[in-house]
Amino acid sequence: MALSGVQIFKYLPKTNCKKCGHPTCLAFAMKLAAKQASLDACPDASAEAKQALGEASAPPVRPVTIGAGDGAVKVGDEICMFRHEKKFFNPSVFAVAIKDTEAGDAAAKKIEAVKASEIDRVGQHLKVDAIAVTEESGDPAKFASVVKQVVDDAPGVPLILVSINPAVIEAGIAHCADKKPLIYAATAENAEAMAKIAKEKKASLAVSAAGLDALIELSEKVKGMGVEDLVLDPGARKAKDMIEQYTIIRRAAIKKNFKPLGYPVISFATRDDAVSETMAASIGVMKYASIIILNNIEKWKMLALLSLRQNIYTDPQVPMQVAQNIYKVGEAKEDSPLLITTNFSLSYFIVRGEVENSKVASWLAVMDNEGLSVLTAWAAGKFTASRIAQFITESGADKSVNHKELIIPGYVAILSGALEEKLPGWKITVGPREANALPSFLKGRA
Amino acid sequence: MALAIPKETYNGKIYNVQLGTGDKAVTIGGASALPFLGFEGTFPNKPAVAMEVMDIAPDEWPDTVKNAIGGAGASPAQWAKFCQDAGADMVALRLMGTHPDQQDKSPDDAAKIAGEVAAAVDIPLMILGSGHTEKDTQVLQAVATATRGKNCAIGKAVEENYKTIAAAAMANDHKLIAMSQLDVNLAKQLNILLSQMGFDKERIIMDPMSSALGYGLEYTYSVMERIRLAALLQNDPMMQTPIVCDIGVNVWKVKETMAPDADVPEWGGLEDRAKAWEVITASGMLASGADMLIMRHPGAVEKAKELIAELM
Ligand code: B12
Ligand code: SF4
Repeated sequence: MALSGVQIFKYLPKTNCKKCGHPTCLAFAMKLAAKQASLDACPDASAEAKQALGEASAPPVRPVTIGAGDGAVKVGDEICMFRHEKKFFNPSVFAVAIKDTEAGDAAAKKIEAVKASEIDRVGQHLKVDAIAVTEESGDPAKFASVVKQVVDDAPGVPLILVSINPAVIEAGIAHCADKKPLIYAATAENAEAMAKIAKEKKASLAVSAAGLDALIELSEKVKGMGVEDLVLDPGARKAKDMIEQYTIIRRAAIKKNFKPLGYPVISFATRDDAVSETMAASIGVMKYASIIILNNIEKWKMLALLSLRQNIYTDPQVPMQVAQNIYKVGEAKEDSPLLITTNFSLSYFIVRGEVENSKVASWLAVMDNEGLSVLTAWAAGKFTASRIAQFITESGADKSVNHKELIIPGYVAILSGALEEKLPGWKITVGPREANALPSFLKGRA
Repeated sequence: MALAIPKETYNGKIYNVQLGTGDKAVTIGGASALPFLGFEGTFPNKPAVAMEVMDIAPDEWPDTVKNAIGGAGASPAQWAKFCQDAGADMVALRLMGTHPDQQDKSPDDAAKIAGEVAAAVDIPLMILGSGHTEKDTQVLQAVATATRGKNCAIGKAVEENYKTIAAAAMANDHKLIAMSQLDVNLAKQLNILLSQMGFDKERIIMDPMSSALGYGLEYTYSVMERIRLAALLQNDPMMQTPIVCDIGVNVWKVKETMAPDADVPEWGGLEDRAKAWEVITASGMLASGADMLIMRHPGAVEKAKELIAELM
């Protein structure tokens, strides 16, 4: 548990020498407790103090990075139970399982699917993040050949090596030692051997045990062997068990600073039925799973899961927004249509996408409404005729175009009269309500 | 190091609300902990899935869901029967045809259709207006009377019209769905207003306003989590009503459930994509506290029910 100011004070030299920039050791201790200062500022802190306070100030869920280079992904480092308390920081990593029995074409197809998995959504590039090579064959050479295949064909993609046989992991990791893979998994039986490999190769290591008690014991044991970057699998596979066990793990870490469970969680959502797999993975996304393994990554499945992840991991305090601007869509010219929307990312990207679909080059005026959607901004009094008029006049929109016609969203048709009054000489045209009607609307005018 | 499982101390509990009569009656609510945390609370009732039926043909629904319903959409009673056979726990009759911009059907017409639907099925009924605040008061009054004794859920009562709709539900022994706009305080406020006019808070089902996956789901999700925390941890009696999420209506209007494969090859096949969109929206609502869902696609309903079974 986080230490209080008074508890921290006990560890300080109590000389009030002021070298830390604070009048007394107690004042400094209070700043430390509030995480507004770092112990480094006190030159006289003892080694014992550093250790005790260092442990206490370590993040409750240890950050772990899997992979190296641009494709590396960071998980863990979360600080709350509910997204509304602050936010969820490091989005769940999706990894597709490639069995070593799928060596060759089947594996190649999955690797290709990972490489082609990127979608753009609300201005973000989302994709399948990692590949989990999974031993089924019992043959280290076969496993190693698939690891090699992945490394050759998808060099930047982080790897998870899945086997409880140390000889298999050893053979696989030989092809990707510099890529900081995650090893899955240390168990009660193989812990020494797995910890040794992880330490030697500086890999992160998942610990897997049935149930929380066994998991705690194992995570302490492996940490005692000198592996710091751990990932936890309590063995939950059913949706209810996932919610319960992952909640206990997150709570123990965050509310009790219980170190043996202060690591990211890995979840095997793998199912034969594709929709069931999607459902299990969705529970993982919402309920604290940092790494989610899937059997298959059909495009429709990933669209749903990546969208859910984006929703859950956005900042609840600040809606995603884009800069206020007059955006050019296509080769817009002076006589191209001018449309207006708000700067809520979702509204902007939907509208922009549909204008692009129309193939009618246009100007899109995006007005700063603090990231509210069209109707929300209107209801909140931020997308009013006078504000729009002011924005159009001051933004220089009238210099981008040589006409005076503004197309407004259909849902705010009610604004058109007032707008024509506030923008003398302008013609206000009411567009369709839903953006997906924009292509036919724009083509119909062209 | 031994772990004492960190448990929350919940002081409150969600009210049990029964709908329908006889052996097909459904009870929702009753949870004494955050969703599905069986190690620190009990969940006597599983979340219910209502399937949506309208008083007009579903012409405006996307093909994927229209095809899945087949010919059943032609008559509300037949459609309701179809839902019952498809495994729905309840039927949600939405009287869209009463909207002045639709067919402007009269309250009497609506009452007649509600009666037919009620007679066609033995699972409980939810009856929703078209969302037109003024018209809904007349329509729901008429249907509440026509279905007296059936113990339906009537709604949605909103800030502008709650008095008349609540009075109609009260006079005919129905339960009430009260909808607010994605805000914890507004949700509570509406329950308080209803209580002040003498409506029993234990007969209210709260609709915090749903949204679809990718289109504001996170707002509903967090509002629901906050409502549940207030209900259970702070023991706020005005927050302890069960929650209904009206998801089909939001899901089946977004591009992901409509765009043909050729337009968006990077999104995968439309059939699977559209169904998954409703299923994963349902999953989000269940995880954050929904006691009842209103859905449209029979295939999605089947999967949502599979998930519910796995969560109990
Ligand atoms: C999420 C949400 C919120 C979020 C805000 C999210 C955000 N960043 O904007 C929160 C919870 C904060 C919120 C608050 C409120 N909300 Co609100 N909210 C919603 C909700 C559920 C979804 C909004 C959304 O994200 N839509 C998606 C975006 C993409 O839609 P959009 O910007 O309108 O764009 C679409 C079209 O307009 C069109 N389009 C956009 N631009 C353009 C441009 C052109 C040229 C054209 C042709 C088309 C076009 O294309 C898009 C897709 O088709 C809606 C209900 C719903 N299901 O729609 C209510 C809704 C918008 N909210 C509403 C209200 C009343 C409010 C509040 C006033 C409630 C209150 N009393 O406190 C507050 C106001 C906020 C404030 N005071 O700060 C009402 C508005 C009613 C009305 N008709 O005026 C709605 C419609 C709910 C309802 N049915 O009553 N809300
Ligand atoms: S520098 Fe260290 S010893 Fe000096 S006042 Fe600050 S905390 Fe105390």
